[in-house]
Amino acid sequence: MLTKSQAKIFFLAGTIIFSVLFLGLSYDTHVNKHDDQTNADKITPEVVAGKHLWEANNCMGCHTIFGEGAYYAPELTKVIERRGAPYVKGVLMSPTPWGEHTSGRKMVAYGFSEEEANNLISYFEWIGKVDLNGFPAKPKYEIKKTK
Amino acid sequence: MKYTTQKVAYWFFLSALGLLALQIVYGFIMGFAHMGMDGLHDFIPFNTARAVHTNLLVCWLLLGFMGSAYYIIPEESQNELYSPKLAYIQLISFLAVGVTAVIAYHFNWWEGRKFLEIPRPLDYLVVVNVLAFLFNILMTLFKGKRQTTTALVLTMGLLFSALLYLPGMIWFDSQTLDSFYRWYVVHLWVEGVWELIMGGILAFLLIKITGVDREVIEKWLYVIVGLTFLSGILGTGHHFYYIGAPSYWLWIGGIFSALEPLAFLAMALFALNMYRKGEKKHPNKTALNWTLGAAITSFVGAGLLGAAHTLPNVNLYTHGTLVTAMHGHMAFWGAYAMIVLAIIAYAMPNLTGRKLFNNGISQYAFWLSNIGMIGMTVAFGVAGVAQVYLERILGVDFMETQKEIEPHFLVLVLCASGFTTGVTLYIINFFKFGKPTNEALVAAS
Repeated sequence: MLTKSQAKIFFLAGTIIFSVLFLGLSYDTHVNKHDDQTNADKITPEVVAGKHLWEANNCMGCHTIFGEGAYYAPELTKVIERRGAPYVKGVLMSPTPWGEHTSGRKMVAYGFSEEEANNLISYFEWIGKVDLNGFPAKPKYEIKKTK
Repeated sequence: MKYTTQKVAYWFFLSALGLLALQIVYGFIMGFAHMGMDGLHDFIPFNTARAVHTNLLVCWLLLGFMGSAYYIIPEESQNELYSPKLAYIQLISFLAVGVTAVIAYHFNWWEGRKFLEIPRPLDYLVVVNVLAFLFNILMTLFKGKRQTTTALVLTMGLLFSALLYLPGMIWFDSQTLDSFYRWYVVHLWVEGVWELIMGGILAFLLIKITGVDREVIEKWLYVIVGLTFLSGILGTGHHFYYIGAPSYWLWIGGIFSALEPLAFLAMALFALNMYRKGEKKHPNKTALNWTLGAAITSFVGAGLLGAAHTLPNVNLYTHGTLVTAMHGHMAFWGAYAMIVLAIIAYAMPNLTGRKLFNNGISQYAFWLSNIGMIGMTVAFGVAGVAQVYLERILGVDFMETQKEIEPHFLVLVLCASGFTTGVTLYIINFFKFGKPTNEALVAAS
């Protein structure tokens, strides 16, 4: 029968072994793999400025990026590929809440300047080209709306 | 209660319940917004409601954990708390930081990173606050007459929670690295070190309520927290599937997160077995309900519902949908909210000397809140699965999908009303106990 000291060894040894493994894999991800998989050389000052805006306005509080965020507004990982830059720019620079008269779900009217909108678009363009191991998956079917 | 300084815990519990009530209000705002009723949009847009809802959750649970520690550590170490004054300063400053953050979110001041929205200057204050808390706890332990495994596991959980907060404060230009290290905080908290805290509180409650020998309970506590880390550390990999990290995380995360329910299953079996084994029939049935309830609901919410969408080929379609909200609600409720409510239910008669053990109101509070939460989980689950099929499999536009699943949010809001009634009854019952008193100390000894 297991004794308390054996149980303690199981806990301590397991924790140490798996922590070391995790840190090792994290090192490999960060140092060896990250730059190639994410095209890190394409992270320009505009992309970084876009990321600052993304965070300063808590866009993740409604949208998702890489599938992470809230689930209230569209996933934006491939938004440039799906909608095109001019459409996205229109949304970002809109002085009135976007979607008010169409989808029924409103976006806060941020009214970004052209430079800010361009920075966010650069950020989305970089995001859209990161290798995400197949996410988002292409839908298996394509259905047509009847009305 | 056995030590006068344990009274500090009351004020932490009171504050925690206040923040829980506020968290629920913001949950309703989001529920209605999902139904298409976002009349508050101009004052409280969805991203504000969301940040407030999740941050209040973290805040009240942390206050609950701290209150638990202030109640448990003196009793376990057989010593008065090192500095009750520091504990009060720490409580007031923690609340001040929390309230400032909540107000800030209404004025677009935040760091928009899921769960870690708190603005950077306030981050530093949180760190100072938690250091003061840990200092107080560690000094109490150090000066105590004994160091028990239960106290050690609980303190380790709190100490590592503080350490793991730090990777989340580093700036990265890359969204991938930002997300990668953000999960160091979020995942390793909720599926790692917080389980130590939960395990520590659970062990303390089982020792007190069931009367089973401490050595037996603490032996199994080691096994459970061992299983938690064995599966949970590499299980972090399930957050790395689709954020631009290498593909080896697909199978590492898949295998280890499939093992994560084991720790919760062990916790549930452990609690039930100790209950059966126990010869002592403790009169506080309400605390027993919440304790066993936490062990079982955490297995269902965190273990089973997590496993349901953790495999990479399933997660490819469910990632970033309401399926995550289904799992998240019951997991947090079962694992952490219920264990905090369990320790409060156990501590209140001892702190105040009023033996309101099993009145009707506490029974209704338990059952209504739990049935309400089960209903909410089902509503999220149905909405989430419908979203996956419409949007991810059939390719229907996001907004059109959201329109189709709106009715499920009516069910969600109805079940949330039941849940809220339960929580309200719990809070009313809390106030029925009155305030802690030194007379309770006399009664206990």
